[in-house]
Amino acid sequence: MSRVERATRSSRIGVALVTAALVVLALAPFWGDRQTLRLLAEMLTFVALASLWNLLAGYAGLVSVGQQAFVGLGGYLLFALAILFEVHPIAAILMAGPIGALVAVPIALLIFRLRGAYFAIGTWVVAEVFRLLASQISVLGGGSGISLPAAVVVAMAPNRQMREFEIYWLALALTAIVLGAIVILLRSRHGLALTAIRDNEQAAQSNGIDVWRIKFIVYVLTAFGTSMIGALIFLQKLRISPDTAFSVNDWTAFVIFITVIGGIGRIEGPIIGTIIFFVLRQTLAELGSLYLLMMGAVAIVVMLWAPRGLWGIFAERLGWQAMPLRRHLMLEKKP
Amino acid sequence: MQWFNVVLQGVLIGGLYAMFAAGLSLIFGVMRLVNIAHGDLIVLAAYISLMVTQALGVDPLTSLLFVVPVMALIGYALQRGLLNRTLGDDLLPPLLVTFGLSIIIQNGLLELFTADSRRLQAGPIEIQTFQLTPSVWVGALPLIQFAVAVAVIAGLQALFYKTTLGRAFRATSDDQSVAQLMGLDTRHVFAMAMALSLAIVGIAGVFLAIRTNFDPAIGPARLIFGFEAVIIGGLGSMWGTLAGGIILGISQAIGAQIDPGLQLLAGHIVFLAILAVRPQGLFPKVSG
Repeated sequence: MSRVERATRSSRIGVALVTAALVVLALAPFWGDRQTLRLLAEMLTFVALASLWNLLAGYAGLVSVGQQAFVGLGGYLLFALAILFEVHPIAAILMAGPIGALVAVPIALLIFRLRGAYFAIGTWVVAEVFRLLASQISVLGGGSGISLPAAVVVAMAPNRQMREFEIYWLALALTAIVLGAIVILLRSRHGLALTAIRDNEQAAQSNGIDVWRIKFIVYVLTAFGTSMIGALIFLQKLRISPDTAFSVNDWTAFVIFITVIGGIGRIEGPIIGTIIFFVLRQTLAELGSLYLLMMGAVAIVVMLWAPRGLWGIFAERLGWQAMPLRRHLMLEKKP
Repeated sequence: MQWFNVVLQGVLIGGLYAMFAAGLSLIFGVMRLVNIAHGDLIVLAAYISLMVTQALGVDPLTSLLFVVPVMALIGYALQRGLLNRTLGDDLLPPLLVTFGLSIIIQNGLLELFTADSRRLQAGPIEIQTFQLTPSVWVGALPLIQFAVAVAVIAGLQALFYKTTLGRAFRATSDDQSVAQLMGLDTRHVFAMAMALSLAIVGIAGVFLAIRTNFDPAIGPARLIFGFEAVIIGGLGSMWGTLAGGIILGISQAIGAQIDPGLQLLAGHIVFLAILAVRPQGLFPKVSG
């Protein structure tokens, strides 16, 4: 008799730690000041964005440098729904997900014709098209952008503090949902197929996995999550313009940096990467463009000498996993 | 007649786009590498030319004598020192390393030259024109630039099919391991391909800098133009790349004529439309 187990000692500890972290983070409004809350909310959105990119690039092998298309789309959907149709911002964030997924369908059909690195640049072209289109929408401020009207913002909560709490909890909830959804996806049949594709696409295909279909599903699901997070980010910022909404630096370069440093193709990677990224940013940000230069260099060094990232180094040596994802075959000795 | 003029200007700028694309197409053909930093390297070449013209007081076209070999050297060193390590079955390392390189070049240029936009002055040749028909005039510089682009494409074509190096390029492109078995040092062949690619980038960078204002942030857009020209023309075909550049140039010129805000959008839309109806491009030679 043999059976397959997913949970290991480290994953049991991991799950306990994640649960504890969620409780501490949920209580942040009671122990943190405004500054801390803002920073935490921003970190949470980056964890979510990086986890989604990791699912796309690390597991499905779809290296996109154009996810800013969906961040910006989500942001613009929030503003369009709130300003033109008087939708409550939170409802608008929830609506941004399905609309983003719907938009992703024809885009996937088109750019899936490009392979590998050309696919990457194709996604960038799509993001550029979105940026140029956004700057043509004059009711949303055209090229110079627009602020969320005070009336919409004030209507969200009775006072400013409650509004800030609300946005923070929303960020925590959405990030937890995104991470939870990714864990559930990876534990499912499709997750097994995805892991197989990650390890060897041809072998996966020859074992009967419909690689195109799985990739398509992952692309659309990622667009769903990225659009929602995009809407949330611009609810935090309260102002949007085509250049900030579709910024390749903010929503792709940073996200790739986070995932690569933390560990691509592993669920823990983006979380570790986000913490490192923010520590570096808080300490080195005054260096300006030199800081970005160093970030590019660090990403190259990690990619060449530790391609599985920091978490990968630990996880491979020690067999750690924070989430019960890997399947272990437990063989029982014959009597 | 006005539309004839628009199309003509589009064709001429298309030559520049074809030069952006030729280097990209060359290295993809030889080693299946897509260089995300390609556009930033074009801008780097423009800044090197700026430094040379300022330091030596020569005109930009003469600076090519310096810029092209320097870029070729950079290309050789970059490939031997960094990019050869990234090549393999995994797609991610070359992509992410060149992406990191793009960020380094952009911010390095920003640090050295600030975000001010610059331009190269080519002197009296800039305003020389020929009268083609009573209402259509053609500038001397755009014409020279187009002629250079055609020469670059023709030169590449000849190099690929008439020289030993070209044979080595084609051999590694067809099958890397067999090429290696036949005694080719693929690391050197790849480095030569990158050197050639960046030599073309050098020419493209100087012409770009004479034609328009430039600053450290404009690289990615040039990469995208080059990429669109490659895909429109079809992978692996040099003359197709020239056609792709011209089609892109004409689309942008027509878009700009309709509404200045539509210039870039028109180019992207034509690209996406061609991808939709003819994903292999107009004149394909190899499959990606």
